[in-house]
Amino acid sequence: MSVRHALLALLSDGPKYGLQLRQEFESRTGEVWPLNVGQVYTTLQRLERDGFVESEGSGGPQNVFTITSAGADELAAWLRTPAEVMPPPRDELVIKVLVATSVPGVDVSELLQVHRRHMVEAMQQYTHIKSDMAEDDVELGLIVDSELFRIEAVVRWIDAADARLKQYPAQPRRTPAPVPRLGRARMGSRR
Amino acid sequence: MSAAVELRQVSKVYGSGPAEVHALRGVDLSVQAGELVAVMGPSGSGKSTLLTIAGTLEEPTSGQVVIDERELAGLSRNELARLRRRAIGYVFQDFNLLPGLTAVENVALPLELDGVRVKAARAAALVMLERLGLAERATRFPDELSGGESQRVAIARAVIGERRLLLADEPTGALDSVSGEAVMRLLRTACRDGVAGVVVTHDAQLASWADRVVFLRDGQVVDQTNPRPGPESLLTPGVKP
Repeated sequence: MSVRHALLALLSDGPKYGLQLRQEFESRTGEVWPLNVGQVYTTLQRLERDGFVESEGSGGPQNVFTITSAGADELAAWLRTPAEVMPPPRDELVIKVLVATSVPGVDVSELLQVHRRHMVEAMQQYTHIKSDMAEDDVELGLIVDSELFRIEAVVRWIDAADARLKQYPAQPRRTPAPVPRLGRARMGSRR
Repeated sequence: MSAAVELRQVSKVYGSGPAEVHALRGVDLSVQAGELVAVMGPSGSGKSTLLTIAGTLEEPTSGQVVIDERELAGLSRNELARLRRRAIGYVFQDFNLLPGLTAVENVALPLELDGVRVKAARAAALVMLERLGLAERATRFPDELSGGESQRVAIARAVIGERRLLLADEPTGALDSVSGEAVMRLLRTACRDGVAGVVVTHDAQLASWADRVVFLRDGQVVDQTNPRPGPESLLTPGVKP
C-alpha cells in the first residue's frame, strides 16, 4: 500500500490540511488501514521535497497542501503501473504440504483438511463483514472481496492438491528432495 | 432447542455386489431453526445424496432422518407428501421453474398444491416477490428473467408458506458473483427469519456465507468449522509507509 500515492490522490480534488488527509485516507480505505498522523506529515514532507506537493501556511497542522503538476503526473503514472505480484501467502502452505509428503506417518489428506478448515473459517469472517455492511459501502466491499478471492485461491489449491495426491500418492524417496532448501529461500523472502 | 432436521447415522448404498456404491457412510448432521449450514465437498463426495435424503426425496439405506421431531420412517406416504409440500423448500442450480407459468404463478404453486385458494396463494406469492425486489417482474415468464432473477423467484417459491427447512444444491452455480452474492444474502435472511438452511456446494465463497461449514469426503463427515472471534480481529493495521 503506497501512502504517498494515496495522499496524492486525495489532494487531486483540492488543497487539504494534514489531519483532513488522514481522515479521508481512513474513510476511503474502509478504515481497514489506520494511519498515524506522524506518518502523514513525514510522507507530505517527502512529497514536498520531491516537488510533488506544495505547502502554504505557518507550519505544522496549519499548513495547507496542494498537488503540483509533477505530482499529478506521478499519480497518473502510478495508477497504471502494474501492481506488485505479492508473494502468495500459500507459499508457506505449499512447503508444509511438500514436506509432509515425505514425513512417515503423516496423513496428507487430513493435513490438507486442517488447512482447508482454517481458510474457510477465515473466509467466513470476511463474509460476515460483507453481510453486516451496507450493500452500498463500495470501499469496504472491494477490500473484503479481494481478501475473499485471495483465500479462495488457496482453498482451490488445497482441493487440487488433495485430488492430485489421491491420484498419485507421494512415493518414499531414496535421496532427500531439494524441497526444504527451496522452502527456506522462499519463506525468507516473505518475511 | 431441538433441531429442525437431524440425520442420525445415515448411510446410502446404490447398487449391489461388485457394483455397490457407498454414497453416504454413517452421516450425523443436525441443523437448528435459524441456522444456515453449508456442506462442502468435491463431486462424488455424497453432497447431493445427503440433500435428497434430508429433503425426503430419497430414503436412506440405514439410519434415521428426523424433521421437526418426526422420524420419517414412521410416516405414511401421504404424511410424507404433505411434509414435503408444506415444510421443505428446494433450490436447485438450474432454478427448475415451470416454463409455462409466470413468476408469481411459480411462487404460488406450492400453496395451491396444498389446497390454498388461487387468489390467496397468488396474493401471498406477490408479497414474497415484493420482499425479494421482484414485484415488477411478477407477470414475466421464466424465459424473460435473468439468471439472478430466476434464482430469486426459486427462493421465493422455496420459502413461501410455513417452510421449516430450506435445501439448496449449488444455488449460485450458474450466476455471476454479484448475483450469487444477492442469492446468498437472501438465503441467509430466510434462515435468520427462522428457517433451517442446508446448502451443498464445492465453492468456498458460497460456503462462507453459512454459520457452519461441514466437510464431506467419500460419503463421510470429516470435519466442520468452529465459530471464530468477531471480524474485527481481521482488521489489523497493514500500512507500509
